[in-house]
Amino acid sequence: MNIPNAIEVVKVNKSFHDPVTVPVLKDVSLEVKRGEFVSVTGKSGCGKSTLLYILSTMDTDYTGEVRIDGESTAGADKGRLAEIRNEKIGFVFQFHYLLPEFSVLRNVMLPGLKLGRKSAAEVEADAMDRLRQLDMTDQALKMANQLSGGQKQRVAIARALINDPLIIMGDEPTGNLDKKNSEIVFGIFDRIATEHKRSLLIVTHDVDFAARTHRNIEMEDGRVLR
Amino acid sequence: MRLLISIAITILRAKLKQSIVAAVGVMFSITMFVTLLGFMNGLNDLLDGLILNRTPHIRLYNELKASPEQPVARAWRQEHESADTTVHHFIRSVKPKSELQKLRNALGIMRTLEKDPRVLDVTPRLVAQVFFNVGTTDLNAQISGIEVEQEVRYYMFADYLVQGEARDLATGNNAVVLGKGLADMMAAKIGDVVQVTTATGDRALLRVSGIFQSGIADYDKVQCYASIRTVQELLSRPGSYLTDINVKLKDIGLAPAMARELAERFDVDALDIETANAQFETGTKVRNIISYAVGVVLLVVSGFGIYNILNMLIYEKLDSIAILKATGFSGGDVRRIFLALSMVIGAVGAAGGLLFGFVMQHIIDNIPFVTQALPTVRTFPIDYDPKFYLIAVTFALLTTWIAGWFPARKAAEVDPVEIIRGK
Repeated sequence: MNIPNAIEVVKVNKSFHDPVTVPVLKDVSLEVKRGEFVSVTGKSGCGKSTLLYILSTMDTDYTGEVRIDGESTAGADKGRLAEIRNEKIGFVFQFHYLLPEFSVLRNVMLPGLKLGRKSAAEVEADAMDRLRQLDMTDQALKMANQLSGGQKQRVAIARALINDPLIIMGDEPTGNLDKKNSEIVFGIFDRIATEHKRSLLIVTHDVDFAARTHRNIEMEDGRVLR
Repeated sequence: MRLLISIAITILRAKLKQSIVAAVGVMFSITMFVTLLGFMNGLNDLLDGLILNRTPHIRLYNELKASPEQPVARAWRQEHESADTTVHHFIRSVKPKSELQKLRNALGIMRTLEKDPRVLDVTPRLVAQVFFNVGTTDLNAQISGIEVEQEVRYYMFADYLVQGEARDLATGNNAVVLGKGLADMMAAKIGDVVQVTTATGDRALLRVSGIFQSGIADYDKVQCYASIRTVQELLSRPGSYLTDINVKLKDIGLAPAMARELAERFDVDALDIETANAQFETGTKVRNIISYAVGVVLLVVSGFGIYNILNMLIYEKLDSIAILKATGFSGGDVRRIFLALSMVIGAVGAAGGLLFGFVMQHIIDNIPFVTQALPTVRTFPIDYDPKFYLIAVTFALLTTWIAGWFPARKAAEVDPVEIIRGK
């Protein structure tokens, strides 16, 4: 049986229209295989983040074809896109974006509870497991806003992993961290890719970080260079 | 949905102060709504009761009036077998007979009415004009002969007795109950004997067995009650002599139509309660409209409060909304979260409002309110009708739903990319 690629992008074009039409992405095509750790680099404004948000299914204003796990997202309705995000995609952002009113554990659990495949107790066990992998077990019951930046980012990664997603996407996940914490985060990503065979697509401008990934996609002026 | 509600409640708990302010707004308006309507309706019932309780739904009587067709004309018409009534009345001054006040075949009418399924009660009365002789003065008064037991049961007679017992009036021979004003003018106490003169000049002695106060001073100055038998004896009339038949119906709404029917059927005058007391109906309606309007305005204002607070909350929570959407919550989920948030505020506020409304009603119910005009009233009247609680809750949930819906829709439409990239 032919296993589909985690992500396939075929000739995606996108323009911003406000105030004048400016093309951001021009005929972008790429693919990410299962278990592949891919980084995307490029100068500011080259369209790498825009591409990431199109791939994340949150941005639907584009032309071309995007397939997540073989399923085209172009025509899907918003409810289905939310389901795809919930089930198949894990996100890590530059800013940590935890829900400040919830505990660390609850933050990690929320996407799992939303997916609703497991009971609350099972989701909680999963969440504790993810936190253990990231060495965060002792912080589980703290409120999200009591953590340091590096700790928050690790919680965000744990949350991204809760539903065993096919792809982890990151928008400058180490951009806001010091060297030591960046190192920790890279180590975690590397382990996810090699041990758990998940695909990773990480937008970054950290050249060292990009160089150590399996493959680096370079972008310039809305085009994929290589 | 349980997950969404638990998220809503967590957000509420994190913003406890604002949530409480919003809920207190709802609570306050519900409290006022329930209190206001309970108090207003209590007053309405009291004022209506003042007249309506004591008023029969239909009163059958004979109005003292000249015959519309004078005997000569009628005789001429019968003789000529003509329907022409325009003939000139040469003799047109035949005066009404005193006998006309009597209801003809009153006992027969009563028996018929008692069999009518629409009728709750049929109570006869005998009303006559008398004078009380006090020293050298004569006081004009109206004496009503009543069936005491029925009057107590259906017309709240006992409620208005401020001294004495209704029983004494029923059993005592020649007993009379005087209006408060009348008794004061005669300086009469219970047990005193008063002298009364009828319109035809007969005199009799009556013993005062009670004093009543209706709350309408003019009425209390001229009204007195005795048993039907006493009044019949006073007037030297037989036991069949009655002037009024008071009818109470099971459904007051039938009164106007039934009054017309009875007037035609028994050839008497019939006055129904709605015609007799139209102004009370109007007053009640107007008061109801005002209190509902004020109550609904209060609820709408609290709705605006919720709307504002929710709007603010959504601006504060844009990051959280974005992250919820990014991790797989759909726009509909976000809308439901904020709608649930609004409904929780509404429900908590409504529950508190009902409780405080009930407490307020109780407090008002216990404030002393003593007035000469209302002898049976000791405290402010309150109507504890659960209907008001139901209306208040329905309206509260409706307004919070509407107030929550617009901000919630806005939250649902938040574009997470814009928020996440905008940092």
